[in-house]
Amino acid sequence: MRRDVFQAIADPTRRAIINLIANQSMNVNAIAENFKISRPAVSLQVKILEECGLISIITQGRERVCEARLEPLREVSSWVENYRRHWEERHARLDDVLLTMDDEEKKPIKKKRKK
Amino acid sequence: MKATAQKNPTLITAEPNSLEVIVTREFEASPEKVFRAYTDPKILVQWWGPRSTKMRFEKFEPRDGGSYRYFHEVASGHEVSFRGVFHEVTAPERIIQTFEFEGLPERGHVCLETIRFESLPGNRTRVSYQDIFQAVADKEGAMAAGMTTGIIEMHERLDELFESGAIK
Repeated sequence: MRRDVFQAIADPTRRAIINLIANQSMNVNAIAENFKISRPAVSLQVKILEECGLISIITQGRERVCEARLEPLREVSSWVENYRRHWEERHARLDDVLLTMDDEEKKPIKKKRKK
Repeated sequence: MKATAQKNPTLITAEPNSLEVIVTREFEASPEKVFRAYTDPKILVQWWGPRSTKMRFEKFEPRDGGSYRYFHEVASGHEVSFRGVFHEVTAPERIIQTFEFEGLPERGHVCLETIRFESLPGNRTRVSYQDIFQAVADKEGAMAAGMTTGIIEMHERLDELFESGAIK
């Protein structure tokens, strides 16, 4: 499984975790209280976010506090723009391909068709 | 002869809480010709995937009840795959198909896509894609990832950013 910002935000729980700790660092127990899913399930999502580079886990005494690392999100902050650009590029390629195509489909030499 | 194609805008409608994404684009060619560019695999591979990638079909059966599966290979050797079923292929009017990105952590996040080819005066065609997702989260995920090929393009850009140390 890839570990990058896109993987991080692909899951709604992970997006919610990022939103939750964006302004205030929290330990995993505090994060888990905000979700219906189990604490181990939340832990797993936190671990994935850490591997994706969107969370740093800082040990403070006996506590492990999750701190949001929002820099990578800049890459996707303009995701709608990226999506639009993706389609623009694809359609520009189709424009070019249409220019190379014959107007009529070249009929292949007729062969007996299997029914 | 290398002519320069006129660049028409791509319009995208995606309301925040809706399951639907609509993409519209006009082309300077007849519906028959544009339809062929979507249904002839030899032509489709020339434009559907990003330039930096190689697209290959494992299966492509553009007819009612047919199915498809294709791969995008990027330079790094990384490969992503997509699959779906053609519900209806009516030349040169519409294609109704399912679409699933196979790189997701779990199966079952399928999009229903209708591509319509509308004849416009002056030998032109308006193509509209209506994508309907099962959940808003699926739609957001697909759009965030740039859906198909955008996933690769953005991963490549990200890889470059990581390599350059711009993102710590």
